[in-house]
Amino acid sequence: MAAGIRTSELRKVYNTAPPLAAGPGGAFSFAAKRSKGKQPKPEVVALDGISLDIHSGEIFCLLGPNGAGKSTTVGVLTTRVKPTAGRAWIGEHDVWKEQSAVKRLIGVVAQRPNLDFSLTAREILVFHGAYFGLGSHERNTRAASLLERFKLTDRADQIVRGFSGGMMQRLSIARAMMHDPQVLFLDEPSAGLDPQTRLLLWEIIREYNRSGKTVLLTTHNMEEADALCQRLAIVDHGRVIALGTPQELKASVPGGYLVRVRFGQHSPDLLERLKTLPGVREVRSTENNSADLYADRGGSLVSDVANLSVAAHAELCDVHISEPSLENLFLHHTGRSLRE
Amino acid sequence: MNYKAFIAMLARDVRVARRNIVALLFQTFLQPLMFVFIFGRVMVGSGYMPPSYKSLLLPGIMALSMVGTGIWAVAMPLIGEFQFTREIEDRLLAPMDISWVAIEKVVAGTLQALAAGIMVIPAAWLLLRPGVDLSLHRPILFAVVALLVALFSACGGLALGCSVEQTHIGLMFSLVVAPMIFFGCTYYPWSALANFPIMQKAVLVNPLVYASEGLRATLVPQFPHLSLLAVFVGLLGFNALLLTVGLRQFHKKAVS
Repeated sequence: MAAGIRTSELRKVYNTAPPLAAGPGGAFSFAAKRSKGKQPKPEVVALDGISLDIHSGEIFCLLGPNGAGKSTTVGVLTTRVKPTAGRAWIGEHDVWKEQSAVKRLIGVVAQRPNLDFSLTAREILVFHGAYFGLGSHERNTRAASLLERFKLTDRADQIVRGFSGGMMQRLSIARAMMHDPQVLFLDEPSAGLDPQTRLLLWEIIREYNRSGKTVLLTTHNMEEADALCQRLAIVDHGRVIALGTPQELKASVPGGYLVRVRFGQHSPDLLERLKTLPGVREVRSTENNSADLYADRGGSLVSDVANLSVAAHAELCDVHISEPSLENLFLHHTGRSLRE
Repeated sequence: MNYKAFIAMLARDVRVARRNIVALLFQTFLQPLMFVFIFGRVMVGSGYMPPSYKSLLLPGIMALSMVGTGIWAVAMPLIGEFQFTREIEDRLLAPMDISWVAIEKVVAGTLQALAAGIMVIPAAWLLLRPGVDLSLHRPILFAVVALLVALFSACGGLALGCSVEQTHIGLMFSLVVAPMIFFGCTYYPWSALANFPIMQKAVLVNPLVYASEGLRATLVPQFPHLSLLAVFVGLLGFNALLLTVGLRQFHKKAVS
């Protein structure tokens, strides 16, 4: 039986350093939290009211820059982070109140490999199976099959301490699949993987999903979100700023194309005229005499922009055209690039 | 409680201990046996210590080995597993309450401490003989005391392992473990502190005192020792305290 994921107004405020996997999170504030005249503790708002409804059998992606709150969301959903407020469910089980039942349903690949360094690759899988109550024959068979699937058979009986980052990541994913969970969490699964292994990973995720399992992955890689996910949420500063299918989200950017231009000098009049160009849907003034033009065409707009700038005596210094993408969507909502 | 997961975690710890058996044996026995050799053999043999010191020393060495083993067996892996690599995460994600992960560590540590205690007696006896006067007249009492000592060492390991950062391991040994050993009545009976009344009272906050004196009371009762009632109250009290603190710290480390 597949299980979906729901969260309701999840909020998490750290007043100590957040765990490594959760990243630095949102904004620091030195407000409240004064205790007995000591220095105020810095508060980090990692989640600021995240509500999600991820359908069972769906590949869902949390897309956002580092520190957006993706890992903290995964942490809450996998029982590793206690929310400050709000609730979360895996299937019908309340994550915080029914932890053991939830842990039976989920498999987790953390952002950093957290393999048991005292064991061999095979032992890691076999013991993981044993923690989940698999019988001896079943866990040995499954371990052998996963090692083969993830191309780790030749190193299966070596201690994992000497493994490369990519091998550790592959083994982490194999371990998460070992007990055949209904919901698979992958936190930045392709970070540090070479392109070939990344494609193998994508194929494995799709195949796992085809068997009816729910997959939640986090990434700051737009291509990955676009290629893999049926729906995605764009997260920034602990909030969901957009949610839908990749196509819907890309279509929600006015025009779809983004033309970023920079002029030699600031000219409010020129910005007004840019808005009147055919196909231009929205113009936003940005720093350094620059502007973002959201339009339904790209290259053909450049000559019109150049003509207007000549007429306004504002030299056109730089032009960059982006085709419809999730990056444009993120920029449109936050004014920042995902890569910043 | 999910006993299958619990047993699997114990099996995992046994596998790791078996893999590191040589290092483990050196770590457990080398220091205590060197101490036995120097104080029990060299010092007694050369006349600086009375021959009866051999018998007095043995229970203390047993307590020392057990406590050292239990603390090391629980604290060191925990300190490592909670650090950067967070190796413990696969066990925290096993389908059972995370307190049981901590309790499993305590059980594994207790078993290792008991094994150390049981093995150090014949080893030390062989080094010291002849002239060791052990009298196991109350084997059940001895077994209960040994179990409580082993449990104390593992609970202490849990509390320390979840409270100390990797960078402070050296400090943990010099500030906590070393004073505990020297003021733990391991090399001398508690009654020997009669001439230092303040110190004699102060060392009662050291749980190792109850461990050493308890083993002394059940192995060499001919020497002065704390009453068994005091030993039981002390060991049970410290076990409860350290387990409570350890579990609380474990939760703080495990869940952010």
